[in-house]
Amino acid sequence: MPLRDWFASRKSNTDKLDASLSNQKISDDELCRLWTLCFQCHEQLPTKDFTQNAKVCPKCDYHFRIGAWERIAQLTGQEEYFQEHGRCESQWFQELFGNLTSADPLGFEDTQAYRSRIEDARKKSKLNEAIVTGEAVLGSHRVALGVMDFSYLGGSMGSVVGEKVTRLIEYALENRLPLVLFSSSGGARMQEGTFSLMQMVKTGAALARLHEAGLLFISVLTEPTFGGVTASYGTLGDIIIAEEGARIGFAGRRVIEQTIRQKLPADFQTAGYLLKYGQLDMVVRRPSLRGTLIELLRLHQPYQTSHIAQNQKITGAKKAPKVKAATS
Amino acid sequence: MSIQPLEFEKPLFAMKDKINELEQMSQSMNVSLEGEIERLKTQADEVQIKLYRTLTPAQRLQIARHPQRPSCLDLIQMLSPDVWFELHGDRCGTDDRAIIGGIMEIEGRPWMVLGTQKGKNMKENLVHNFGMANPEGYRKALRLFQHAEKFNMPILTLIDTPGAYPGMDGEQHGIGQAIAMNIREMARMHVPIISVVMGEASSGGALGIGVANKIYLLEHALYTVISPEGCASILWRSAEYASRAAEALKITSHDLLEFGIIDGVIEEPTGGAHYDPNLCAERVKETVLLGLESVTSLGGSAEWIQQRYDKYRGIGAFCE
Ligand SMILES: [Zn+2]
Repeated sequence: MPLRDWFASRKSNTDKLDASLSNQKISDDELCRLWTLCFQCHEQLPTKDFTQNAKVCPKCDYHFRIGAWERIAQLTGQEEYFQEHGRCESQWFQELFGNLTSADPLGFEDTQAYRSRIEDARKKSKLNEAIVTGEAVLGSHRVALGVMDFSYLGGSMGSVVGEKVTRLIEYALENRLPLVLFSSSGGARMQEGTFSLMQMVKTGAALARLHEAGLLFISVLTEPTFGGVTASYGTLGDIIIAEEGARIGFAGRRVIEQTIRQKLPADFQTAGYLLKYGQLDMVVRRPSLRGTLIELLRLHQPYQTSHIAQNQKITGAKKAPKVKAATS
Repeated sequence: MSIQPLEFEKPLFAMKDKINELEQMSQSMNVSLEGEIERLKTQADEVQIKLYRTLTPAQRLQIARHPQRPSCLDLIQMLSPDVWFELHGDRCGTDDRAIIGGIMEIEGRPWMVLGTQKGKNMKENLVHNFGMANPEGYRKALRLFQHAEKFNMPILTLIDTPGAYPGMDGEQHGIGQAIAMNIREMARMHVPIISVVMGEASSGGALGIGVANKIYLLEHALYTVISPEGCASILWRSAEYASRAAEALKITSHDLLEFGIIDGVIEEPTGGAHYDPNLCAERVKETVLLGLESVTSLGGSAEWIQQRYDKYRGIGAFCE
């Protein structure tokens, strides 16, 4: 059946599509945009329904990967604004530290120069780096919010991601805000070598201060979260939530299979698997995430008077020293 | 014990064998070959100096992984020949011997020492899992760090690991979380922490015992985000590019010192630590004691924690 006829026949059944399909002037391209194919169940879904359902397949519950700004829009109830503008800065979300961009401290080059990889990633993702950080209002709660974006170099953590997460934690400390971090990352960024590795310590040390200050940190792990992010801030939340459908681990599946010379079970490193083994507090479907976070924030409001915070001398976050690129 | 030559050392070893042969010949046959022997010796010295001065990162990596390189337990034995109590177990059912820990004494002061242990042969490697720890090892380490904090002992960590063990149990038991928790807790320890990388320090598996006030590398040791082999197979899609990756990653002690990521390089005996383990241990001891001195001189635990924070806070290269 030709695409157009197929859509037409579908239309008569579902009647969900706004655009008039009988209008023959509509191009095939536009038609394609109105419908989305589910990767998992291969069902053609009206894009509008699918977007309204937080990009979760209404048929099989497959959670499509979403970018940082779309995530922020969903969490702050600004999806429509996001659909139009691709961003969503408003009284509900103000970006912080958005001007930080990668340097190339090693002058790294593999099959492609790191500098040119960065340029490609910026064009493709329309982001300055693999995380967007800022202050958000969730329900009635002010939070320091960071959201990683896998479409920028696989969400890898280099100096900029480490610095933005650390500044965000320091911002939470200064303003006594709870911290919510959404992770999605292949791990530390190889092209920045040991600089990337040390971001695990930089962020972890800042979280030690947040912990001592008695402030709440909710870590939300989304598809996929691996390597250096799993082994640093990803798993340091007071509460660790995995989004439905996320795969989470330290080592990659293939590396483990090669090492132990054994096939791993199909559900290995899925959110459900990790929940079973006690590594997560809960697995939450995307449409329920915003509500879950708001409830948890509400229940943890007495954090201002936590006895940990009273017993510890709280040293305010020191202003971050100006950091220069180590090589020029 | 005779040294097993590395591939790139073989020409030098061949020259030395030749010299020995000539020396024996001149004795047994009572002919004077002194001129020839002297000439060869000078030549060998020149070759040796040039060889070890122009080591590539990949050659350093081979030295760092030499099977005769002093291990963590060897070093403890040399640093504290009379006092060593190994402390075992995570108190949750396991003693992961990829990480060993215990109390030693240097110049009258007790230290808590933790290290990843590589074996020298297959039997030892099976006991210590090639220095690749599981979550239980990191949790044992945390227990011992807390012990040190309670009894006000400085902590020395000795790192030589290809990384945490990539296994199924490790993922079930939270290897990522175990490392992350150690990073966070080491950052806020109220005692000085000194870290010495003895061989390879690879990825998060090294950081799990690696957060310190002072980090020193043995001259040929390296500290890397991923093993050069792993990096090559991901970025070049073939492990054969490992030496290219070793170069590109800038992981040698001198690179890292220049970047300000580490605090010092401990010079090794010519050819590497395994040529003279005692000399190497002597230098480690000297450096560690100086490091401790410079940390304690900052004041009390608040200053030590602050110095540790500032040290890592400043690592990163970016534009704004
Ligand atoms: Zn579906």
